[in-house]
Amino acid sequence: MQNTTAPAASRSEAVKKYKKTSQFGETMKRMSRNKAAVLGLIILVLLVLMSVFADFIYDYDTVVVKQNMAERLQWPSAAHPLGTDEFGRDLLARIVHGSRTSLLLSFAAVAVSLATGGFLGAIAGYYGKWLDNLIMRLMDIILAMPMTLFAMVIVAALGPSTINLVIALSISQIPTFARVVRGAVLTVKDSEYIEAARAIGQKDLSIIASHVLPNCMAPIIVQTTLRIAATITSTASLSFLGLGVTPPTPEWGGLLSSGRTFIRDSSYLTLFPGIAIMITILSLNLLGDGLRDALDPRLR
Amino acid sequence: MIKYVVKRLIALIPVIIGVTMLVFFILKSAPGDPVRLILGEQATPEQIAALTEQMGLDQPLLAQYAKYMVGLLQGDLGIAYSTRRPVADEVFSRFPYTLKLSLVATVVSIALAIPLGIIAAVKQNTVIDNVSMFVALIGISMPMFWLALLLMLLFSLKLGWFPVSGAASWSSYVLPAFALGFMNMASTARTTRSSMLETIRQDYIRTARSKGVSNSVVIRKHAFKNALIPTITVCGLQIGSLLGGSVLCETVFAWPGIGRLMVQAISARDVPMVLGCTVIFTICFSIVNLLVDLLYGFVDPRIKSMYS
Repeated sequence: MQNTTAPAASRSEAVKKYKKTSQFGETMKRMSRNKAAVLGLIILVLLVLMSVFADFIYDYDTVVVKQNMAERLQWPSAAHPLGTDEFGRDLLARIVHGSRTSLLLSFAAVAVSLATGGFLGAIAGYYGKWLDNLIMRLMDIILAMPMTLFAMVIVAALGPSTINLVIALSISQIPTFARVVRGAVLTVKDSEYIEAARAIGQKDLSIIASHVLPNCMAPIIVQTTLRIAATITSTASLSFLGLGVTPPTPEWGGLLSSGRTFIRDSSYLTLFPGIAIMITILSLNLLGDGLRDALDPRLR
Repeated sequence: MIKYVVKRLIALIPVIIGVTMLVFFILKSAPGDPVRLILGEQATPEQIAALTEQMGLDQPLLAQYAKYMVGLLQGDLGIAYSTRRPVADEVFSRFPYTLKLSLVATVVSIALAIPLGIIAAVKQNTVIDNVSMFVALIGISMPMFWLALLLMLLFSLKLGWFPVSGAASWSSYVLPAFALGFMNMASTARTTRSSMLETIRQDYIRTARSKGVSNSVVIRKHAFKNALIPTITVCGLQIGSLLGGSVLCETVFAWPGIGRLMVQAISARDVPMVLGCTVIFTICFSIVNLLVDLLYGFVDPRIKSMYS
């Protein structure tokens, strides 16, 4: 793209050279030099593997939810590395299965708000005028409320349950994605290649999908990573308040909420689920920061 | 300047109408009949009809909303389902606690974040820089309510230095304000650092140094003032998470503010109370955002000149 003034021969060479490393490969290469980001990626992959294979590590019905009052509130030992909760269930098993709930919920909520917010932001930015005004004013109204509070209001109306939590978290994040995508679309919308696509008669929606969006992926990817981190916190927060995942389903915020009752004598119940949340968010933040630096060469 | 403030205040009106309408309709769509909730299972149809009419629930939603807004302008937020007392009494008696806690938390976060960010930037790539940025990263990654629980465990239950809950004396403020403030401290410190790093490399800093201004004056007078804008922006953005966070913090420390009131109201399915809390939160949020925008003008004369 930068080589438009170069002579034809060297330009074709430049194109060849450019093609050898794809944008993805280039980004990965840049990111691999950032040790913190690689560490974040490794931790995240391990966490995802842990949640995918949770059933093979601990059986859900017999270990994770079945009560065993004989062993209640035991401090960490060889049999129970992180101790047991007030119903005698192994805390490590509940944290491992909790990762499944926390990660799945957050990924789902962010995916929904990315799709919805992204679509709204893309058409607002691409078409502009009254449509832009209408969509963005609506987004401003949602943004006029702190995100956690808005999610709480939705859960209050729908009643606490896992699916309502996903709905609440998705809706409350739509404006964030709509803004990011709209901003990104505005920067590429007037480029010559968009004009060219329009000139050869491509339809608006296919221009958005095949030319506009691929060229504004960088801020979207970064924002998505950071939003997943924020959503994991929100999921835990709402469950902690009793407005999210309901027991006996293990969820990190819910574990903290029930462990809180026993904070005086069984402080490990408060300690370990929090560490799990922190490690997850830390890995996503490290990865997000690394991706931002790798995708935006201006910031280096 | 005054013209700008007035313009912004007027622009606030449609936003507040939009938000209250959205929240009103969301909460009114909640399943369950509030009249049955109040009267219980044994109520006769006549009693139900009478109370429905008395509460204005037989009217269309839009009319109910209009009535609510007229009441809001007069400081009337309706009657709580659970206590049958005016929502406004409860909300306004609790509001000062939330306000005080948020203010103290903001002061804590700024007082920690700005020195930390500046030192990290001035001593870039040293141990001090790495340690403070690691602390900031931990701060961003730690759920606020977990930090609150840990502080409570260590300083109230084990050491007994501060009260576990309530807002009886000044010492009750320490733990909740620190927990709330630490969360915002982290992102403010990171922003201050990167904005300071950018400013320190500017030509006018080199000029100031070359004419013999002492290092501390260069940092305080020349660099810091110019690096302040992004810090203010982040502080402003943090207000939302501060208000959301106050809900959690108040729950952990049994703080008598509107955050905890709202959680209790949600559990009790008390729609007018939830609505009242949300409306107050939102109005605060909008006003604080406006104040942050105005603060830019005081810090940066270039922005101030754009107002007039």
